[in-house]
Amino acid sequence: MTRAKRNRLIYNIVTFVLVIGAFILLQSMIANKSITRSLKGQLVPICCWVVMAVSLNLVIGISGELSLGHAGFMSVGAYTGAVVSGWLLNACAIENTTLRLVLAIVAGGIMAGVMGALIGIPVLRLRGDYLAIVTLAFGEIIRNLVNVLYVGVADGRLAFSFLNKKMPEGVTMLVDGAKGAVKIKPVSTFTAGFVLIMITLLVVLNLVNSRAGRAIKATRDNRIAAESMGVPVTKYKMMAFVTAAALAGMAGALYGLNSSTVVPTQFTFNQSINVLVFVVLGGLGNVLGSVISATLLTVLPEMLRAFSDYRMLVYAVVLILVMIFTNNPLIRSVMNSAIAPLKRTLRGKKQGGDIA
Amino acid sequence: MSQVKRRANVKMVPLQSDAIVPERDINKAPVLEARHLGIEFGGLKAVDDFNLTIGRTEIAGLIGPNGAGKTTVFNLITKVYEPTMGAVLINGHDTKGLSIVQASKLGIARTFQNIRLFDQMTVEENVRIGLHNQIKYDMVTGILRLPRYWKQEKRQHEKALDLLHIFDMEKLADETAGSLPYGVQRRLEIVRALATNPSLLLLDEPAAGMNPHETEELMENIAKIRDQFQIAILLIEHDMSLVMGVCEGICVLNFGKVIAKGTADEIQANPVVIEAYLGKKKEAQA
Amino acid sequence: MIFLDNLINGLSLGSIYAIIALGYTMVYGIAKMLNFAHGDVIMIGAYIAFCGLQYWGLPPVIAILAAMAVCTLLGVTIEGLAYRPLRQATSLAVLITAIGMSYLLQNIALMIWGANPKSFPRTFINGASIRIGQLNISSATIWTILANIVIMVALTLFTAKTKMGKAMRCVSEDRGAAELMGINVNRTISMTFAIGSALAAIAGVLLCSSYPILQPTTGSMPGIKAFTAAVFGGIGSIPGAMIGGVLLGVIEIFGKAYISTELGDAIVFAVLIVVLLVKPTGLLGKPVREKV
Repeated sequence: MTRAKRNRLIYNIVTFVLVIGAFILLQSMIANKSITRSLKGQLVPICCWVVMAVSLNLVIGISGELSLGHAGFMSVGAYTGAVVSGWLLNACAIENTTLRLVLAIVAGGIMAGVMGALIGIPVLRLRGDYLAIVTLAFGEIIRNLVNVLYVGVADGRLAFSFLNKKMPEGVTMLVDGAKGAVKIKPVSTFTAGFVLIMITLLVVLNLVNSRAGRAIKATRDNRIAAESMGVPVTKYKMMAFVTAAALAGMAGALYGLNSSTVVPTQFTFNQSINVLVFVVLGGLGNVLGSVISATLLTVLPEMLRAFSDYRMLVYAVVLILVMIFTNNPLIRSVMNSAIAPLKRTLRGKKQGGDIA
Repeated sequence: MSQVKRRANVKMVPLQSDAIVPERDINKAPVLEARHLGIEFGGLKAVDDFNLTIGRTEIAGLIGPNGAGKTTVFNLITKVYEPTMGAVLINGHDTKGLSIVQASKLGIARTFQNIRLFDQMTVEENVRIGLHNQIKYDMVTGILRLPRYWKQEKRQHEKALDLLHIFDMEKLADETAGSLPYGVQRRLEIVRALATNPSLLLLDEPAAGMNPHETEELMENIAKIRDQFQIAILLIEHDMSLVMGVCEGICVLNFGKVIAKGTADEIQANPVVIEAYLGKKKEAQA
Repeated sequence: MIFLDNLINGLSLGSIYAIIALGYTMVYGIAKMLNFAHGDVIMIGAYIAFCGLQYWGLPPVIAILAAMAVCTLLGVTIEGLAYRPLRQATSLAVLITAIGMSYLLQNIALMIWGANPKSFPRTFINGASIRIGQLNISSATIWTILANIVIMVALTLFTAKTKMGKAMRCVSEDRGAAELMGINVNRTISMTFAIGSALAAIAGVLLCSSYPILQPTTGSMPGIKAFTAAVFGGIGSIPGAMIGGVLLGVIEIFGKAYISTELGDAIVFAVLIVVLLVKPTGLLGKPVREKV
């Protein structure tokens, strides 16, 4: 086995072991009731943000495009999930919560994926910063649209209306305009969140180390060269973008079905930036980093009041400093020369007499 | 000298109008035909009425002073630019309106004047991108790690190492491409291009930045690649020892126009070329 | 009459977008980056003018000049501290830094001035409105449109006639070649930020004169819409920013009036997506060839 391959394998194993270990630990804490109330309430949201961060990392770190509308895809998923779950309960009388949750998550993923494709087609063939601004615009459009969206279920049928609330008699409202998705029966569970994280990791890590994933990375590193090697660049950018959107939609469905209401203001541009901070702090392209930073930065504001007050200020500074430190050639060379001896000792120890 | 030996005293024969190809390729369809090719950038004719035919196993050279339009010719052949005049035929297919990707699939591969590697990927992965359309499996197979994934990954890996062997680069397979020395990066670009299984390989200043020893080595490798893969090679180069040493047909470009065509000996003796190009170079060296 | 009212409102809003869009388009043309923080410089400018008028008792013109001075300094500082170290970096890294900068400015404003919206004081800009027949044109509208025209003419002359303006055009065409010709690229980029930020201060005052609610997020939405306007008109083009801005303002007001108030923003952004689909270079933009 080559060194690169071995390192990749170790990295993947560490990632999975860490996530599974954390799940087992938390489950046992729940079993013997040693978990704090606030942390228990946060378990599902943590899972959602981890999925959001890992999927955004696929777009930013792996495919090298900036998406600023990730919260928009999450909201598409959340609304779709709420509607599907409500419809299944009202119209099909499916009492099994797990089945409802699974179907809602799948529907949320598909809907967000379709949205991702619709956005991606006009934008991903362009070069430059257009994707950032269009995804941002998309997030705002979605927020505008769900604000005037009304969905109800009556006699087993879904009723939609737009701009004004025209609903048949005896309707049960599922989405009520600016009030958001209402009267949701929460069905999300920590286990479901854990499974979703595992699926996300499996999809992203396996994708990265495959033919398609390498093509995505190649388009990031050098678009013209990738095209010259016969790699259809737009197709692979699209693949990364739509996959990420679908995963964000699934996270959104899980998030939405964790509480009794979902309102449009939960998925603002600020939320997209939060996820961006998770990704940048965890390291662009570093999946394990995204998992850790999303977890810590979701738990930390709850634990530290002081941090919570200055959270956005700190985030802003983090974004700027991380970018300058990792991208300025001067600073990077200084840091590299500081780290190099350390690396050499580590490698020297591992490989024994290899150097001599 | 040794250069002449490498050229193996090939006799050039006329094919059509002014086109020439090596005698051994005369009965085979040409790899590339450029007919009256031209492009205008805002009124300026960067390339004008460019005609070139390259035989199946020919090593051809494209030379000319800086700014003569050599790289533009490459960009026209590889469809980075759509020509405003004329046509490019690759293996007999008209490339009008094709994309860069489609041109690649027709059998063209290239290297770049300013190296364009996938810097953050490993050497082996760079070559695997070249194999993208050679050894395939789809996204779902990759994510689910179906048996086909393992089989094709293994094939890609072995093929990549095979190709890296051309320049004895197997040991570097795990290095990050962006961290390699300049000369090695140039060689990696050639390997990556070869991985696409081209019938025509375009090399844009392959010897740039190399010392005479490395250039000598490169020259041998270019001939070796042609012999081993039985492909045609068109190269842009300023190093005359390399061009004269390895190229069979040479085309001289100046101000976007072809000013001479022929074998190395003919070009060296051509007064127009000496005046426009070699003469100037002598002055600069003096 | 309602139609004409809407049209004038649209022109007025569009003129503000146009002035903001100039900042985006100049920086994009010369530094090849999307300065996400530009919208927040507007907000800072408006706050400075607000402080000058409300707390320091400055005359309006002096307050506006103070706001311009502070914004100029701010723009140049941002460029020097955050963007200059990333001159060789990928556009992704620069864009993320700019987003960080946008958030930093918003949060600094939040710390200084608090989250409560401030009501922007009335000045000569909000003077008596003019009646033409049944048409009522507010003073702020006239000032805004006037300012837009003056700025556009001045800027066009500046880039065409002055040495610095020519240097800017050179750097925007080919940074490397400009450097070889002895143009100080860093200074030219700084200058671009200075001009863009000074204009942002004016835009901030005009914006808050027409829509007098001032809070730390005041600049972000107009900023994003103005960037949309710049893309609409053709990013990098000064007349494009003007046309794009004015058109976008008119589209927004008409969309709100005739389609739906709630969907105003959605309509504006839908325009962006349609433009990118149909003519990615915008109305007046030129296609750029990547050097291979």
